[in-house]
Formats: sequence, C-alpha cells, structure tokens
Amino acid sequence: MTIAEKILAAHAGNIEITPGDIIKVDVDIALANDITAPISIKAFEASGFEKVYDKDRVVFVMDHFTPNKDIASANQCKRIREFAKEYGIGHFYEGGDAGVEHALLPEKGIVLPGDFIMGADSHTCTYGALGAFATGVGSTDLAGVIMTGQAWVKVPSTMKFIFNGKLGPWVGGKDLILYLIGDIGVDGALYNVLEIEGEAVEGLDLSNRLTISNMAIEAGAKAGIIAADEKTEAYVKPRAQRNYNVYKSDDDAEYLSIKEYDCSNIEPQVAFPHLPSNTKGISEVGEVMLDQVVIGSCTNGRIEDFRIAARIMNGKKVAKGVRCLILPATPQVFMDAENEGLIKIFLESGAIIGPPTCGPCLGGHMGILANGEKGLATTNRNFVGRMGDPGSEVYLSGPAVAAASAITGKISSPGEVMI
Amino acid sequence: MIFTGTVYRFGDDVDTDAIIPARYLNTSDPQELKKHCMEDADPDFPSKVRPGDIIVAGKNFGCGSSREHAPIAIKFSGVSCVIASSFARIFFRNSFNMGLPIFECEEASNDIDEGHKIEVDADSGVINNLTTGRQYKAKPIPPFMQELIADGGLIEHIRKRGSI
Repeated sequence: MTIAEKILAAHAGNIEITPGDIIKVDVDIALANDITAPISIKAFEASGFEKVYDKDRVVFVMDHFTPNKDIASANQCKRIREFAKEYGIGHFYEGGDAGVEHALLPEKGIVLPGDFIMGADSHTCTYGALGAFATGVGSTDLAGVIMTGQAWVKVPSTMKFIFNGKLGPWVGGKDLILYLIGDIGVDGALYNVLEIEGEAVEGLDLSNRLTISNMAIEAGAKAGIIAADEKTEAYVKPRAQRNYNVYKSDDDAEYLSIKEYDCSNIEPQVAFPHLPSNTKGISEVGEVMLDQVVIGSCTNGRIEDFRIAARIMNGKKVAKGVRCLILPATPQVFMDAENEGLIKIFLESGAIIGPPTCGPCLGGHMGILANGEKGLATTNRNFVGRMGDPGSEVYLSGPAVAAASAITGKISSPGEVMI
Repeated sequence: MIFTGTVYRFGDDVDTDAIIPARYLNTSDPQELKKHCMEDADPDFPSKVRPGDIIVAGKNFGCGSSREHAPIAIKFSGVSCVIASSFARIFFRNSFNMGLPIFECEEASNDIDEGHKIEVDADSGVINNLTTGRQYKAKPIPPFMQELIADGGLIEHIRKRGSI
C-alpha cells in the first residue's frame, strides 16, 4: 500500500481499500478561514446540530482579508468569532495570534504526520509535507465534518515523482514543484495523489518540502505527500500537541505512474501568466520588466524564504519604480526575521513590510496590481485577475528569483546580482 | 429532470478566480456573487446570461481555489447545468453539495458551440444538441453521489441518517 492508502485505511477503521472505492473516514483536523468559514457556519446552523464534533479539532484562521480590509470582511470575521465563542472552538486565530493558515498550523504543531486533515481551503494539501493526508474541500463538505467528524472520500490512485541528484545553485522546493507542474500540467494529477521523494527531496528542509506539497493542487492533485523522515520528526516532535503515526509506502505499493527527474537539469523556474504550468527556466525568461514583487504567502512566507531573500537584498536597493512587499506568513516568522536582522535589511533596501496575511496573493488587499502592471510573486497562482485588475499579469517564482528581480526591476537570476 | 438552454462556451482550465474573482469574496450572498459570475473570463456574462442557459467548457473546469462561492455564483446566475470534459475535484464535490448539476462528457465538450440549443436529461446523462441534431452521453454519476442528490445535498443527507 502507498502512504495515502495506509492513512485512509487507518482512518476508515482499518478496512481494506482499493483506488476508486468511496469510503467514510474520521477527520483529525477540520480547518476553515475568514472566507470559507461563514458558509460552513450557515450550513451548520441550518442543520440543527447543537455542538461541533470536537472543539479541539476545529480550527478557524482569520487570514485572507485580514487585517479586515472593509466592512463586509469585518462582518465575516465577527460572525466566525461569535460562532467560535458560542461553540467553544479551541483553535480560533485572529489578530496578533493569526498567520497565513498553512504556515501557522505546522508551526504550532496542530497538524501532524499520519493525520487525515480536511480544510475549506485548496492549499490544505500543504500538510502532505509532514507525511499527512491533507486535502481541500468546500465549505459545505467542511460543515459536514464539523457536525460529524467524518467525511466521504473516493480513494485516489497515487502518482510517484522522484527527484534524483543534487540541486543547482538557488534552486529550492518552489522550483521543483513548478518544474513538475510545468511537466504534467494543471490537471496532470487530477483526482490523484502525488507522492514525492528522491535524494534531492531528502536533502530539503521542512520549509522547502511544505512549499512542494502546497502546490500539489496546482496539478489538480487531491494531496501531495512526502514521507516523514528524521528531519520531519525533528520539526514535529517539539511542536506536537498530541500523538502521531509515521507511515511509509510498501516496496510493492501500486502506483498509477512513476516518473523520475534529474535535478542537475533543473534551474530556477518562473511560471508565466496565466497558469502555474506555464513555466520556463530562468535562462529562457527574456526581459520582463516588473511593477511589483511579493515575497510571502503559504507557499514561500517562512523564515527560510526570508533568509534567502535577505541574503540577496542585503546592502542593495529595490529598483526605482518597483514596489517590493515582504509579508512574513506568521507572527513567529516576523519575530524571527526581526531578531535575525532581516527586517532591517529589507527596510534599508526600500522594501515594504506588511503584516501576516494572504492579502495580495488572491487580490484581496495590500498590494493590488493595476491594469497592465506586472508582478512577480512567491505565491501559488497566476490566473487572470488573481492579484488585481484582470488586465494585470502575475509571474511566480521562488524567493531567490523574486529578491533578485526586486533589485534589478526585471525578472532576473540571483546570479545576476550576487557577483 | 430535463434542462434545455442556450450554450455559453468556455475553454480549458477555467479557474475559480475566473468564475468568481476573489475580490468579491467579502460576502457569500448569492445575489451579490451572481453579479460577477464568470466576469474575468467574459465581462458581459452576468448581464447576458438567461435562466436555463448552459455552460459548456473544456477540461479541468473549476480548477484552483476551494471556494464554494464558484458553484453558488453559477447556480444563482440562472445557469441550469455545466458540461465539461473534466472538472477539478473540489469544484466537482462542491457542485453536488450546492445542487448545481454538472456533467462530464468529452464528446459534448468538443462538439457543442456557443449559441447551440441543447437538452440534457439529468437522469440518463443523455445530451441532445437541438441545433445540430447530434446526441452525446455523459459519464454516469457514482451511486453514492446519486444518494446525496436524492437526499437533497450533503447536509440533508447527514440530518436524515445522523452521519455521513
């Protein structure tokens, strides 16, 4: 069996399962945010249920349009806050406690290896990097989980991807996942699970692995799983708020497909508008002038990302005419960046520091693009209108290319500014 | 149930930001959401769509975000059903939960053009193109999901049975 099959079977009462079966599973953590929770709450209240299945396993994070960008957004958060209070929700995060949900939950040890996690947010798949089965659903599905602690799942097939060899200079988790999506397309893994392994992945820290799993949905996948190893255990152990299980795929596990990549051929990647699969190696980008650079989000807003960006931007100035936004994904990341002197480096370079928020990633606020403007972001989607006006363009990259590009004012290789 | 309507055609990989841009997600009110349905793919769509009209698209319809606002916006704009050669998985689940009928049919997706009049038999999955006279057959809906529809959606299903 694969890891995905083992986790599903364990959560369905240790039954035998085969891809294609529809099964009922117990859910360890149910998550929603300020945009998706209101619809879940409405469905929950209409159901007549009087309590949530487990108040310590329901998590609400106010992160998308926060700090509340307008009256309607403030009203959405108010409604969730009141529900959380009434039903005694243990994990309600807002204001100075809140960060971008998929950076916050691993950091706090709320999501753990071997878990089955459902979140009313498509990037819930991020937690696959811990060796968990985590998948995004809509608000009504989540309401069902909040009511019963269970969900129905069609057992997916698993596609294995192996990254062999060592990573080239300035190549990280973002480049590997963009390369993969560029290869298989935005529906290349539709309905299936990605299982990602190989020497290059073993060498990556958890931050880079979380970046990889985060974008599994951008290939249409149900989950993107990386087996837990010593690095995972070292990350999880001091944070874990409960017991957890580590699963490995069997040697004779059945895969829908197995594909190997040689990392020596992978350079820093850039996804061009308007699909994450529209990727090019940095050497093939040509001249793309920029109006804005965003470094942050659930994809690349962790301290490791800002260390890379600060190393490149240290002592240099953001190009005239470029707005460079630095958005630490959680208060802890912000504090670490401050303590390590990174915030000073960014401010001296002329970057703008913002609070933990999804903000511009989904065109919410704090860095919206005008018609005709071009932005490079370490975020996960570059659909039409994703960061503002439908006539604007979003390019995606890792933190190294983003930082270098902020300095030059055009999409650039880190090698160009690190001489 | 039979749906009859005029077709609006969209391409491959229509994402949820095109169906309902995130900038409008500070509300979940269907009446507000429908004003911006498909706006970033076709700015005129909200003003020209008529009750019963049908969306026909290519592969991977509804990719991207998990927002249930997407099927809500389509349903309340009056669209009777969506036909595509494939759907992104979260959109697929959400549509059943929201009561928006969707049909997977590659042949119909390849053959039907903007402005065609078509007729869809939701029970049999048979699609008749009234403009060209051609007929297509959509993939059958899995039995468990038929049960969900018969119960009136996921929440009603749980209420009736006490569990999923």
